Amino acid sequence: MDDILKEFLTESLEGLDQLDTKFVLLEQNPEDRDTLASIFRTVHTIKGTCGFLGFGHLEKLTHAGENLLSLLRDGKLQFSREIASALLNMLDAVRTMLGEVERTGGDGEESYADLIETLNRLKTGGASASAGSAASPVTIPAPEIPASPINEAPAGAHCEFLLAPAADVLLDAVEKTPPDAEATFSPASQPALDNLIFFGVPEPAPSVPEPAATAPMPTASAPQPPAEPISPPPERASPAPVAPSNGAPTIAESSIRVDVPLLDKLMNLVGELVLARNQILEYSTLQENVPLLAASQRLNLITSELQEGIMRTRMQPINNIWAKFPRVVRDLSVSCGKQVRVEMEGKETELDKSLIEAMKDPLTHLIRNAIDHGVELPAIRRADGKPEEGRLSMRAYHEGGQVHIEIGDDGAGINPGKLRNKALEKGLITAERALTMTDQDIRRLIFLPGFSTAEKITNISGRGVGMDVVKTNIEKIGGVIDLESELGHGTTFKIRIPLTLAIVPALIITSGKERFAIPQVNLLELIRINEEQRSTAIEYVHSNPVYRLRGKLLPIVHLNRELRLAPARATGVINIVVLQAGQHQFGLVVDQINDTQEIVVKPLDKVLQDIPVFAGATIMGDGRVALILDVLGIAQQAHILSESHDQGISAQLREARARAAERQTLLLVRSPGNSRLAIPLAPVSRLEEIPVDQVESAGDVDVVQYRGQILPLIHLRDILSERRSFNRLAEAGGAAADTNLLQAIVFGDGVRQVGLIVDEILDIIQDVFEVKGRATRNGVSGTLVIQGRVTELFDVDSFLRRVAPLLALVEEV
Amino acid sequence: MADQRQLCTFFLEERFFGIEVERVQEVIRYQTVTPVPLAPAVVRGLINLRGQIVTAIDLRRLLQVEDRADERLPINIVMHARQGIFSLLVDRIGDVLEVDEDSFEHPPDTLDGIARELIRGAYKLQGRLLLVLNIAKLFSPEILHRGHPMADA
Repeated sequence: MDDILKEFLTESLEGLDQLDTKFVLLEQNPEDRDTLASIFRTVHTIKGTCGFLGFGHLEKLTHAGENLLSLLRDGKLQFSREIASALLNMLDAVRTMLGEVERTGGDGEESYADLIETLNRLKTGGASASAGSAASPVTIPAPEIPASPINEAPAGAHCEFLLAPAADVLLDAVEKTPPDAEATFSPASQPALDNLIFFGVPEPAPSVPEPAATAPMPTASAPQPPAEPISPPPERASPAPVAPSNGAPTIAESSIRVDVPLLDKLMNLVGELVLARNQILEYSTLQENVPLLAASQRLNLITSELQEGIMRTRMQPINNIWAKFPRVVRDLSVSCGKQVRVEMEGKETELDKSLIEAMKDPLTHLIRNAIDHGVELPAIRRADGKPEEGRLSMRAYHEGGQVHIEIGDDGAGINPGKLRNKALEKGLITAERALTMTDQDIRRLIFLPGFSTAEKITNISGRGVGMDVVKTNIEKIGGVIDLESELGHGTTFKIRIPLTLAIVPALIITSGKERFAIPQVNLLELIRINEEQRSTAIEYVHSNPVYRLRGKLLPIVHLNRELRLAPARATGVINIVVLQAGQHQFGLVVDQINDTQEIVVKPLDKVLQDIPVFAGATIMGDGRVALILDVLGIAQQAHILSESHDQGISAQLREARARAAERQTLLLVRSPGNSRLAIPLAPVSRLEEIPVDQVESAGDVDVVQYRGQILPLIHLRDILSERRSFNRLAEAGGAAADTNLLQAIVFGDGVRQVGLIVDEILDIIQDVFEVKGRATRNGVSGTLVIQGRVTELFDVDSFLRRVAPLLALVEEV
Repeated sequence: MADQRQLCTFFLEERFFGIEVERVQEVIRYQTVTPVPLAPAVVRGLINLRGQIVTAIDLRRLLQVEDRADERLPINIVMHARQGIFSLLVDRIGDVLEVDEDSFEHPPDTLDGIARELIRGAYKLQGRLLLVLNIAKLFSPEILHRGHPMADA
């Protein structure tokens, strides 16, 4: 049986059970419009779904009932006992048919024409006795239904469970659910549904065909008291002939709906139980009492199991959000004129309900992006030799205690060149930086705020908000996102998120006399520096502390300083916690490292949520509250990485410099001293040969009249040497004087230009270059190997900066 | 208009305040708070209320009254606000009083600053004024951030 049908049955049966109670309520108070309206909606929903699923008989019957109800609701018809009976009969009939649906997948042969007829007749106000329906069960008083919603279950009730044997806690709590839980749950309040988790156990294949259900008995089961939520609904409908199948549990029997707040509460209780267990374990080991030790060990095991069980109740298959995507994809691809096929793998991968919710928007956005920007139009795809139909693949799997989600398309891929230009144009990166970034780094630029490469803004995406929000949202739940893209072959976004957020292993540390918890996900290693090494271990790069960790410089952050706590002692060991924040690592200096614990994450109040360095709070074994550090937040606050574009990029750059590789066009020139220099071609406007005798002077500067302007000329050797003032050509002599023509590289935008005089232009090359070394002198941004020779890379940005005053000077002249 | 209203009353020094009794969940003695670094100074810290983490707000600091000079510990009034559950730290707890709506008056125009926003009005009791606080405002992040400059540790 497919999921839609299963859900339909569960929902409908639940709705029916509530209707029984509501009808009785209504008879006591026929003026109650709210109840009427809610009954109407339930019937309407069932009708709608039946029509959709193609259950004709069921639809006709509920349609008749709905018509009658709508008149009642609008006050055009008075509620009477006869009407109530007819409607209750309808409910029973519906229930019978649903039973049929559950067993056979169809709604049976019976059309209930009589009943429909009765309903229709009542609609016109015909109030004569009808076929046996007067035997209504309304004399039994309806149970009183308190108005309190379920989540206001007796407060404080949780305390008394705490010391009960662990396994009973869960049961107790379930049993103590207010028995009216279902009754007060109004199907009308659709948002409330979203708050529910649906439990299901795998349904056994329908075995032996059951004897077909017969027509409903006239006396209905209406006034049943609202049953305890745990009892299976069909039993409540007992006198009705919905024959329960032999042995195989029906859907309604094998699953219950539970309010999420209740689960949250159970989760909290388990959290406290874990804490209490920790305390008891601690005490029991201090004593030589063997039975106590044994008992506490048992408590330990049971608690762990209970914790796991409760966690599982909050787990939901990712399909709960994925199921909606094929439709989204279809609609989108139609509106874009594209053809896209969706492939899903790992639909059943489970993750915490709250995480599922949090992933909904980011995933939707990625999918929209993939269709809007990724997959090409059919004509283009054909031209590229790809099948016209694009592919959108979605994968989910568990690995290493994390959930991996991948959203990929086989579209055009991300063009780093285009992206680079866009980034330059928007001023997100400088020309120099663009040069040293790898393609992968460039691709990651799409996660920056304000970035969109869509040529036209469509109504789907391309407004420059989006990928940064996706990234932020994923990071908010402790996840990471990265992408892989190959030009012409598609793009895949890879997301990793934790399984659950509620209980996490954490390292407990002390700083400024307060305890803090650091989630272990972020933890890489612990370093302890002895007192003797204290004074030398931490070094400074221009006032920024660093530590040499296996030869690499690890930035150091002092927690006491970041949190403005009392400073640590100036003696003794230094404890460094090495943490991973996004792509970066840093060392956090804390006063003391305590131990690791499983902590229960509790959110902070809104007022405190603005403080980026805390992810929440938890309660420690001694009952005191400890704050949970947000590693990303700390890194941000300490400027290890920053939200501002520039710092984000510069951080990426540090990495990029080490292993930069990209395709670019370079002008190869011979620099003074017969070494080779590469000049990025992008900012160059022209290459010119200037006769020496045309060179004039303006003030201290060599100039030439060039296209109606005065073009200042700068000698390369002046830039590369450290000299402050620029040598005049006439005094310079040397290589340039040997020839009558000067080789000038003209930089600029046509309004303000400057010529760079070089000795000789050797070549123009286009290739992938890897920056190998660091800058060795001013005016050079790095070294690389071109055509087998070490070549320096000219730093255009710093050159233009240096000559800027000169340009102004020339303008004045 | 002889509506009666029940107010839970409390003191800051001799200043007499009240708050709708329905909003008050419980009154507990002082608990050790876990201070929250970088938080606004009105936030004294977090307390563990039977497994729930509750933010404790210092009414003195909120109303910009000097911190208490002596060693006496404040009292927690745990209350529901739209924003969640908070604990308000006050000097001393008073009785639950029944007041007449007739005796209510809006604050005078001369009252300004943060007090104007936090004090909804006064009930004129015999011999003293009972100032009613506006709970919705009391715990709004905007007020809490403004109530007092950042604490410098």
